Amino acid sequence: MFLYYIALPFIAAFLLFLFSRSLSKTFHTGWLVAIVPFVLFILFLTNSSEISEGQPVASLTNWIPSMGIQLSFYLDGLSLLFTLLITGIGFLVVLYSVFYLSKKENLIHFYIYLLLFMGSMLGLVMSDNLFVLYTFWEFTSISSFLLIGFWSHRARSVYGALKSMMITVFGGLCMLGGFLLLWVATDTTSIREIISQKEELMASPLFMPILLLVLLGAFSKSAQFPFHTWLPDAMEAPTPVSAYLHSATMVKAGIYLVARLSLLFSGSDLFFLCVSGFGLVTLCWGSFMAVRQTDLKGILAFSTISQLGMIMSMLGFGSEAAIFAAVFHIFNHATFKGSLFMVAGIVDHETGTRDIRKLGGLMTFMPITATLAFFGTFSMAGFPLPIFNGFLSKEMFFDASLQTASPSGLARQTAPLFPYLAVLGSIFTFVYSMYLFFGTFRGKVQLHQLEKKPHEAPFGMLIPPFLLVCFIVVIGVLPNLINERLLAPAAGAIAGNSIHIHVAFWHGIKPPLIMSLIVVTAGALLFVFKRYWEIIYRYLPGKLSADKAYQAFLNRLLRAAKKITGSYMTGSLSLYLAIIVLFLVCVTAGMMAVTGGFAFSTADLSPVKWPEVITGVSMLIAAVATIFMKRRIAAVIVIGVVGYGLSLLFVLFRAPDLALTQLIIETVTVVLFLLCFSHLPVMKPNSKPLRSRVADVLISLAAGTLITLVAISSHSSKWFQPISDYFVKTSYSLGGGKNIVNVILVDFRGLDTMFEITVLGLAALGIYGMIKIRLRKKGGMEQ
Amino acid sequence: MEILMCILGGALFAAGIYLLLQRQLLRIILGTALVSHGAHLLILTMGKLNRGAPPVLGEGIGHYTDPLPQALILTSIVISFGVTSFLLVLAYRAYQKNRTDMMDQLRGTEDE
Repeated sequence: MFLYYIALPFIAAFLLFLFSRSLSKTFHTGWLVAIVPFVLFILFLTNSSEISEGQPVASLTNWIPSMGIQLSFYLDGLSLLFTLLITGIGFLVVLYSVFYLSKKENLIHFYIYLLLFMGSMLGLVMSDNLFVLYTFWEFTSISSFLLIGFWSHRARSVYGALKSMMITVFGGLCMLGGFLLLWVATDTTSIREIISQKEELMASPLFMPILLLVLLGAFSKSAQFPFHTWLPDAMEAPTPVSAYLHSATMVKAGIYLVARLSLLFSGSDLFFLCVSGFGLVTLCWGSFMAVRQTDLKGILAFSTISQLGMIMSMLGFGSEAAIFAAVFHIFNHATFKGSLFMVAGIVDHETGTRDIRKLGGLMTFMPITATLAFFGTFSMAGFPLPIFNGFLSKEMFFDASLQTASPSGLARQTAPLFPYLAVLGSIFTFVYSMYLFFGTFRGKVQLHQLEKKPHEAPFGMLIPPFLLVCFIVVIGVLPNLINERLLAPAAGAIAGNSIHIHVAFWHGIKPPLIMSLIVVTAGALLFVFKRYWEIIYRYLPGKLSADKAYQAFLNRLLRAAKKITGSYMTGSLSLYLAIIVLFLVCVTAGMMAVTGGFAFSTADLSPVKWPEVITGVSMLIAAVATIFMKRRIAAVIVIGVVGYGLSLLFVLFRAPDLALTQLIIETVTVVLFLLCFSHLPVMKPNSKPLRSRVADVLISLAAGTLITLVAISSHSSKWFQPISDYFVKTSYSLGGGKNIVNVILVDFRGLDTMFEITVLGLAALGIYGMIKIRLRKKGGMEQ
Repeated sequence: MEILMCILGGALFAAGIYLLLQRQLLRIILGTALVSHGAHLLILTMGKLNRGAPPVLGEGIGHYTDPLPQALILTSIVISFGVTSFLLVLAYRAYQKNRTDMMDQLRGTEDE
């Protein structure tokens, strides 16, 4: 059943591709596309009542049964929350994009990528199988790459797309490694079965590598410090994409993974320290950096980073209250961040700029947008009013940071630090939220700096953010509305037992409220006096920015690769040959040394006779002399000595056919050499420097020595009788010939001969061709 | 005798490889010739030397030298001849086209 749910966006994308030409230009393609998430949203809603009763729905289809990989999907509270976010916000985003993107854009591509993304995201949050999850995980990376680079004619878009691809795929591969180890350790690929084997896994030595690798994947996808650097650059994507992928869905894939596996990992100190530690660092660094941005979407990107850090840290805290707060904030963040991105898109659309230094005073021109932004930003800041859902989840966050489930050791000692970090991060969150709102909508209007005269956005563009803002307010006023149906089952799925927490605005004067008040006071003060302390940004990110680290790493990697390749791929044939020969010598000698292959035996040798020795010595002298010859004729004659010497040896060793052939071939070769000489340049002295000449000598001596040793060793250790007796016996009776060598050539092993003839024929044709081509060219030039 | 022939084969290889490492195309071709001579000699040596009459059947002969390596070498000689002659013509054409037979000048272009 769920297979069809997940397949629906893919099928829709395919249909869009098929009918891309016949779609009329008169209406926006987005209207058609919007049907898909809407239908899916309704379908998932119908499942919600069963799930709120604690009964997950599952479906299973075979994919690669031989490896135990099945398309097994299931829907529990956590998956349901995510599927509703994906389809619900997906619907709103498509609606928004109808008004945002003009019909002149390449809409078919845009919606195909978006549908692919939606389908893969749904698959990701519903998979029960590790490897199916990984498959969809990488699908989201790829479709997000395509979406970020949608305006591929812009260099910044391409850069951002590439960067996000590299970082998320790096994390994805680490995660795959973790999954493989999980598979090895538990012998199953089903996540639910793996979780049921928690006890054994915790004791396994693979636990730590698994945990770290999986967390690397989750951190890089969810833009945690120090992998957050791709998210600000991904803001080059069209705004609907940023609103959808980079606030509500894809960046929460890592959160989802940590939440899904937290039943498996929770309770270990490492998980607690990593997840909450990095989460809090991300929260502080992201909110600190957000104040510095001048681009609306840049602020929102860093704000997303810091909010994701906050959710991540809550998942790390591990207490029931913290998990509930995390789920609550996942939902709240999706609502206010989605609406804020849409607002930023509207501002961009209606004024022509997103630079906050050029904006200001837009409240009078765009009152509705300003109202929407007011709710979004104040909810994000956690302003203590009961109409903002962000405040409720922030209160719960503070509460959770005070009551961490810190088991032991180092974790116990660091836990008391967490509330301070939480407050610090929230103060800066407050500052950038105020900066975002007041910088854009209040203050002086700078009409001369704007490309267009600002005016209110079209009605359709305002509806999606308006609906999201409705959620902000409704959840803010009635926080328990979605509690039983949505949040409690989701938190229950993460924690393993059902969690019921009553969310209320007023708890009485307790530490969380005091922390909130500190945040508001300090944040307001910092915001008002922002110009006086802004100077700190010159020193603090300074050289520490992750962006610079990424860039430096990439540059060094490329430079090093170029240097290494350039150092041996010089284009010099003799260098390549030297490497090949050296490698051969080292490997063979090493292998022989290791296996004790050297052998020397004088048991089975034929007696030494003088004629052979004299011939051999003269061949040796001639061969060495070839090297020193300064004239071509002399070189050919000397090499002729080697060849004729060899045929003499063939005579002495009783190989008449060989001697004949060698004689003829040697003669023909010498003639050929002489023929070519009249066309070739004279022999030049060896121009190599002395050092490389010495190296050449050493290399060739090593090769020669090795070949001698191998030959002697193999001759000294003959293990089997030769099969030649058979040829001798049957040469006449089977082959009908007395010359055994010839019978072997044309009868016993005739195939060799056939192809040797082919070789000769090909060589002849090749030579003919080479000469002929030249002639034809010359003729052509003459004409 | 076999030991001596092994040494000679190795020496032919050494001289051939030294020539192959040179820069002039002509020397490289000479090197290939030396290397193939060395290989042929070694094949013959591995089949044991001087263990009887030439491998042509006759009356009253008990032992013949091993005919199989000889057949192998015969094939190899022809093939190496084909390759050498092709190389030679190639060198001739390369020289005609590029006006040089020094390998370090025959490197092709950067964006090949």
